[in-house]
Amino acid sequence: MKTDIILAGVGGQGILSIAAAIGTAALNNELYIKQAETHGMSQRGGAVVSHLRISDKPIYSDLISEGEADLILAVEPLEALRYLPYLATKGYIVTNTTPFVNIPDYPTAEEIMKQLHQQTHLVAIDADKVAEDLGNKLASNMVMLGAAARFLNHIDLTALEKGIAELFSRKGEEVVKANVDAIHAGKTLVDKQFQD
Amino acid sequence: MQKVLLGAEAIAQGAIDGGMSGVYAYPGTPSTEITEYIQSNKYAREQKLHSMWSTNEKTAMESALGMAYAGKRAMVCMKHVGLNVAADCFMNAAVTGVNGGMIVTVADDPSMHSSQNEQDSRYYGRFAQIPILEPSNQQEAYDMAYAAFDLSEEFGVPVMIRITTRLAHSRAVVQLSPVRSQNSLKLPDDPRQFVLLPNIARKQYRKLLAGQSLFEEKSNTSPFNQYHEGTDKTMGIIACGISMNYLMEKFPEGCPYPVVKVSQYPLPRKLVTRLSEETGYLLVLEEGYPIIEELIKGYLEKEQVKGRLDGTLPRDGELNPDHVAKALGLPVHKGNDVPSLVANRPPALCVGCSHHDVFKALNEALKELGDGRVFSDIGCYTMGALEPYHSINTCVDMGASITMAKGAADAGLIPAIALIGDSTFTHSGITGLLDAVVENSPITIIISDNESTSMTGGQESSAKGRIEAICEGVGVLPGHIHVVLPVKKNHESLVKLIKDELNYPGVSVIIPRRICVQKNRRDIKIKQVAKSI
Ligand SMILES: Cc1ncc(C[n+]2csc(CCOP(=O)(O)OP(=O)(O)O)c2C)c(N)n1
Ligand code: SF4
Repeated sequence: MKTDIILAGVGGQGILSIAAAIGTAALNNELYIKQAETHGMSQRGGAVVSHLRISDKPIYSDLISEGEADLILAVEPLEALRYLPYLATKGYIVTNTTPFVNIPDYPTAEEIMKQLHQQTHLVAIDADKVAEDLGNKLASNMVMLGAAARFLNHIDLTALEKGIAELFSRKGEEVVKANVDAIHAGKTLVDKQFQD
Repeated sequence: MQKVLLGAEAIAQGAIDGGMSGVYAYPGTPSTEITEYIQSNKYAREQKLHSMWSTNEKTAMESALGMAYAGKRAMVCMKHVGLNVAADCFMNAAVTGVNGGMIVTVADDPSMHSSQNEQDSRYYGRFAQIPILEPSNQQEAYDMAYAAFDLSEEFGVPVMIRITTRLAHSRAVVQLSPVRSQNSLKLPDDPRQFVLLPNIARKQYRKLLAGQSLFEEKSNTSPFNQYHEGTDKTMGIIACGISMNYLMEKFPEGCPYPVVKVSQYPLPRKLVTRLSEETGYLLVLEEGYPIIEELIKGYLEKEQVKGRLDGTLPRDGELNPDHVAKALGLPVHKGNDVPSLVANRPPALCVGCSHHDVFKALNEALKELGDGRVFSDIGCYTMGALEPYHSINTCVDMGASITMAKGAADAGLIPAIALIGDSTFTHSGITGLLDAVVENSPITIIISDNESTSMTGGQESSAKGRIEAICEGVGVLPGHIHVVLPVKKNHESLVKLIKDELNYPGVSVIIPRRICVQKNRRDIKIKQVAKSI
């Protein structure tokens, strides 16, 4: 059983923290991981992507093949569309709807949402708003992690919480709790959508 | 013990555990994380392993060679283009040989994610005629760095480790080996080995040539190179470095074709010969230039070889599993196309960056003179070539701004402007400045000083606190060295200053100085953490 995840966003939006949280949780569950990241120039506000692969068998390629991603997890809606060729037929897009506009030819929000809604399996939430309501604007990436939680095979919420605790323990209990709360908020919101 | 490490970090950890006494490096994507890892590693700090940044790759290479001269194990790291800067020492170090082990780790950037070109450092390894190790995964990256010191000491030559962006920046679990102690200080047995006077150099070079067959034999038996049997002998595959992973990815149950995995060079001739004899034709999978493909095919193309040259694989850019699948004739299940509205999102200057103020002032100062006379360099300020500024006309190699401006001024383009960052200035700008001073060239040099090597993540810049003194020491007249604060309220005065200096028919240096906002943020965070401990 494998889970191939494309994590997409803009440099500085915290996709590496999402990757690290999932990665830590996967290792605690004694799974194999590979995680290819974008470092360097693009981290200055450019498009960044991480290929995160989790499996109970050894993983060879650091990169996901086209059409094989189980999940595109995007913290920015335009970036969700950039990696469509990677998505498997059965795969899900889980995306934040708040745009990050730092280029002159950024499309309108309606155009982007129209394209997103044409995709078969879409979960779209306004993670920035959820984070703001929690009083922790910076945690929108963790809200998105929570939103994606139900699509992570072999990693449950407890494992994610533990992963977060390990990752942020150096920053103190408050930071850990804020991030865990953000995950819960994201997960609850999406779980509700699936019940409706 | 095991750790989750980037490929770059795995090399760092392997070198530490392998008994390294010091790393020398100048930052450059995708090699930077190697040295940063060593700088923050607890054991390395306790052992006081050298890890301070060097001023450029040449000084780094020479320092590493000096450490190896003294009998200790040293590593030098750089991005691919850094090896151009260090090439003189590199080529000659193969001739002097080493006393303690020396690893030259070079990180190539195929697809040019953060680089000016995608040159393949394996050419340099071949050029210098030394063994090259090219890991296929993070574990091998660790094991190779650990073992490379032995290899280097066994043959008495530097050994190259070549990685590419993908492996450098991808994480996986790595099993660690026992930590070995450092070498003790010991002078070379032959006191003249490092004196490359023609007489000695000829002798040393013959020694290097005599080593070639030994290096090759080592490759034939190296645990990093393997012959994998296969039942379908229509084709044989040579899989170099990381491409082995893409191949395995496509054949999780085992590859039906015979495969030679190559992770140590020179090419293992015995394994390749056997593959060629046993199979109909060869497919070469390699990340970078088609160097092995060309070598085997030969100029007269007597061997039937497929790869990047005949279009079986793309001629440029990094490999990926989809390219390999196509080359193998396997189906690719591409998802939906990227909608046309998805615009590119290139990197951009941060809000509040001091370079903004420099570009605004420069553009205004140059309005009357017109475009086409700003020679620039490599760093965050290179983004001044893009929207909205379009301020700069060149970015070639580190330090080239000053010397290209000089050459253009020599040709009659007067005044010419050089725009360079602080770290790039100390990396390779000082010698060019001296050329300009010697001839009193009519150029205006703007050193946009953000007190940081920002493009690569905000490393300490060797220039910090030294730029004016350096310029004065090199001979720029003190009246034509100006330090200014690039902020909005100083816009008019900065414009005027630039205009005034453009009118001066000699060398002038303007230093707009304001710390990089990212670097500042990081420094504050580090201080807070230090305080809380
Ligand atoms: C020979 C070489 N070494 C290293 C690099 C990688 N590199 C590109 S820009 C840069 C830092 C430039 O720093 P600075 O000039 O201070 O400009 P800043 O990014 O801080 O604006 C480095 C190290 C390179 N491109 N070429
Ligand atoms: S990292 Fe620093 S130098 Fe680079 S764009 Fe941002 S503020 Fe400017």
